Amino acid sequence: MNAPGDTLESLQLGITKRYGNKTVLDNLQLDIRKGEFVTFLGPSGCGKSTALSIVAGLIAATEGEIRLNGARVDHLPPEKRAFGMVFQNYALFPHMTVFDNVSFGLTLKPLSKDEVKKRTDAMLKLVQLTGYEDRYPGQLSGGQQQRVAIARALVLHPRLMLFDEPLSNLDAKLRVEMRAEIKQIHSALGLTSIYVTHDQAEALSLSDRIVVLRNGVLMQSGTPQEIHDRPNNVFVADFMGFRNFFKVRIESVSQGVAEGIGDGIRLRARAGSDVQPGAEMVMAIRPDDIRAGAQIAPGAEDVSGRVEVVEYLGREQEAAVRINDSTRVWLRTAEALRNADTIGLQFPTDKVVLLPAE
Amino acid sequence: MRAVANDEKSEFDALALFCLLPSLLYVLCMFVYPFLYGVYLSLQPPKIDGFSFANYLAFFSDPYQYSTIWITFSLAIPTTVVVLVLALWLAYGMRRGIFMERTVTTILIMPISLGVILLSEGILGFYGSQGWFNQMLLGLGLIKEPFILTHNYAGVMLALFMQQFPFCFLMLLGYISGIDPSLERSARMLGATPSIVFRRVMLPLIAPGLAIAFALVFVMSFAVFPSAIMLGQPAGTTRTISIAAYQKAFEQYDMSAASAIAVVMGLCQLAALLVIILFRRRLSPAATMGVGKR
Amino acid sequence: MMRSKMWKLSLYLFIVGFILNMLGIVSHVVVSSFAKRWFGGVLPPAYTTDWFAYAWKNFDLGQVLGVTLLIVVVVVVLALAIGFPAAYILARRNFRFKSIILLLYFLPLVIPQMTYGIPLATTLYRYGVGGSVVGVILAVLVPMVPLAVFVLMPFFEQISVNLEWSGSMLGASRAQIFRRILLPLMVPGILTAGVLILVNTISNFELAFLLGGGGSQTLVVALFYNMFAGGVRPVYSIDAMAVIYMGMVMTLLLVALRFVRPTQMVFKLDR
Repeated sequence: MNAPGDTLESLQLGITKRYGNKTVLDNLQLDIRKGEFVTFLGPSGCGKSTALSIVAGLIAATEGEIRLNGARVDHLPPEKRAFGMVFQNYALFPHMTVFDNVSFGLTLKPLSKDEVKKRTDAMLKLVQLTGYEDRYPGQLSGGQQQRVAIARALVLHPRLMLFDEPLSNLDAKLRVEMRAEIKQIHSALGLTSIYVTHDQAEALSLSDRIVVLRNGVLMQSGTPQEIHDRPNNVFVADFMGFRNFFKVRIESVSQGVAEGIGDGIRLRARAGSDVQPGAEMVMAIRPDDIRAGAQIAPGAEDVSGRVEVVEYLGREQEAAVRINDSTRVWLRTAEALRNADTIGLQFPTDKVVLLPAE
Repeated sequence: MRAVANDEKSEFDALALFCLLPSLLYVLCMFVYPFLYGVYLSLQPPKIDGFSFANYLAFFSDPYQYSTIWITFSLAIPTTVVVLVLALWLAYGMRRGIFMERTVTTILIMPISLGVILLSEGILGFYGSQGWFNQMLLGLGLIKEPFILTHNYAGVMLALFMQQFPFCFLMLLGYISGIDPSLERSARMLGATPSIVFRRVMLPLIAPGLAIAFALVFVMSFAVFPSAIMLGQPAGTTRTISIAAYQKAFEQYDMSAASAIAVVMGLCQLAALLVIILFRRRLSPAATMGVGKR
Repeated sequence: MMRSKMWKLSLYLFIVGFILNMLGIVSHVVVSSFAKRWFGGVLPPAYTTDWFAYAWKNFDLGQVLGVTLLIVVVVVVLALAIGFPAAYILARRNFRFKSIILLLYFLPLVIPQMTYGIPLATTLYRYGVGGSVVGVILAVLVPMVPLAVFVLMPFFEQISVNLEWSGSMLGASRAQIFRRILLPLMVPGILTAGVLILVNTISNFELAFLLGGGGSQTLVVALFYNMFAGGVRPVYSIDAMAVIYMGMVMTLLLVALRFVRPTQMVFKLDR
């Protein structure tokens, strides 16, 4: 095992990356503690993979520093950082067998042959690949290649694991299975991990903390619950599945509830003390948080409209309801809806989020 | 896995035949037939009826003739090795692109497109004893006497290098830059220094391409002809096997003997190719195994 | 860090060295062609353009250029005409002997021209076309037809077969599909193959040399004979001829590079 000094207690990032005039990472500040599972989430081109590569040491930051346990490591080449990394396309060495791939890092260390074999075998057992030692990567399925890639990094007891969209090449079913496996390995081995993905479900299920990035700028950082339930800007809300956005003007604020009118609808949302009447803001709600039809007592609806589109999703359906000429609302309900039905809608105050205007 | 031959449905119809026929006939009549005819002719010396190995016996019993094989090998092998080592070094260094890459590659292919004749004329002038190269070295005080780089072995080497280097370099550059860059990155993450990455990850992956490049450069160098005449001593130290064949054909008008020499030249090239192919097969079993997901 | 800097520096030094060497070789010829006389010395003491007129008259360059042009045009047209349909079939269809045919077409490109040139010349002289323009064209086509096939094939592969299918679903006949869908989409491929064949034919020496006779010498072959004749003609006049040749090739190369990448001028190594 690693000596005590070789473990990660904390990792502090403050990095900026520019290519010419283009800023791909704008002073990303982050503090990661031992045992944490942190995810960089964002659409492609948001800088998340760049950030990961900078942490890995594969590319250099333009400005800023990386501190490991308080000491700067940004000048170290990748091979001196003792971090493990799993790549999107696995990056297995095609000319080496599974055993040689997994033991590659160990053979670079002053270890005896027996020790190398012992540790490699143990790791292959952990990822359930015992018996595949002599296969070449080209002979393995996508999921098996993925396990080799993970084992190859883990066998070196890295003080930090970096995952660069490791599941994006797998099919949907396998992706869910591997997701659970990564989570299990992370907690069983007590790893500290940074994970990059564009898939919000993956981020929510895996992370202790999610960092949402957009064009190199940190948009929000928080626990999965915070990001999911309380996004603090339109971008994060949109990315996390809010589908209904209303530009509103705040009419009144009382007892922590703001009331706004916009797009012909009156909405209420929880608000902090800094919200002033007269402010132009955005209110947003998820389709599945809107109550509709029989869920509401007669007369209690906020607004009503005509059903225009119905998409069948299995257990429920998602429908577009026209409120007025300029506004359509998407909702999800188990109720059977038909085109041209008239339906009443209610926006529960707890579920509406109040966001600054873009 | 590739489909088995039986599963490949044949899509060969009248249209396919119609489209393929002109080119196929051309290659058969103008390439395969002359080759076979050359072999046949080489076995029918003019003054003997029926088949005879007289031409070959004559070639291998005359030191003036058979020494051309040794001369050609001694030009082709060192050139190929030098070209390959330098091209590998340069292509590996440039695998992630360099400053002004397009301009650099354009200038590198100039020797290919200008052709060997112009190149040789330029080398005669530039590297000649009165040329700029020697003037510069003399001017800098690096040498006292001009380097004799023309009309000898070195001149032919120089021309061959200039001709083959760009060709080999561009081939290797294409091959190396086609290797997934994340392999290199993952090796670094596993603790490998750049030199270990080269030795244990990249070189084994480049090796198959290197073997082919070696074969192509060697075969082309082995047929060296105009530069051996213009920059060498075509009657002496650089009398290569192509010169021997040419002289038989167009100076002594003995087509039969010329064909025999051409056959010997072809066999030497073939032998080198076979060595490379066998070597390549032993290189790495994974080379035939697909390169995993890309 | 230090070591990798030195490494990069040495790479650039080598490249600069190679480029300087190329420029030196080329400009030495150019300077010499304008020299009244030049024995040693960094530059000639006096300049003249007379050698170009001399070369034009004494080397019969008008006739040589005419022959070269004729050969080049005919080779380009024929190689494309023969190679185009073959490339189409080889790119689109699967059949039993396809790999053998591909190997067969590959051989003239990798076997040195001197090796197959001698038996080819023997054969063509026997049929009485050696030493004529026809003989040179027939010989130079041997590597150029396969070159056309291999350059055109990837261009066909890029055109989705669905385009042809939807063409026929919309009622187009084979001829119409060819003329209105394939041909327009293949224009870049035809241009690429055309310029590559052009450059390679102009600079082709071995085959043109073995087959060319008195009235059928191309520019390169004429250049070689005059250099080889060494001493008979002033070196400046030979250099003037070389400059004319170089001007032609360089112009073509510049045009060619509008259509092709430098790396396309050599083989691609397949895995």
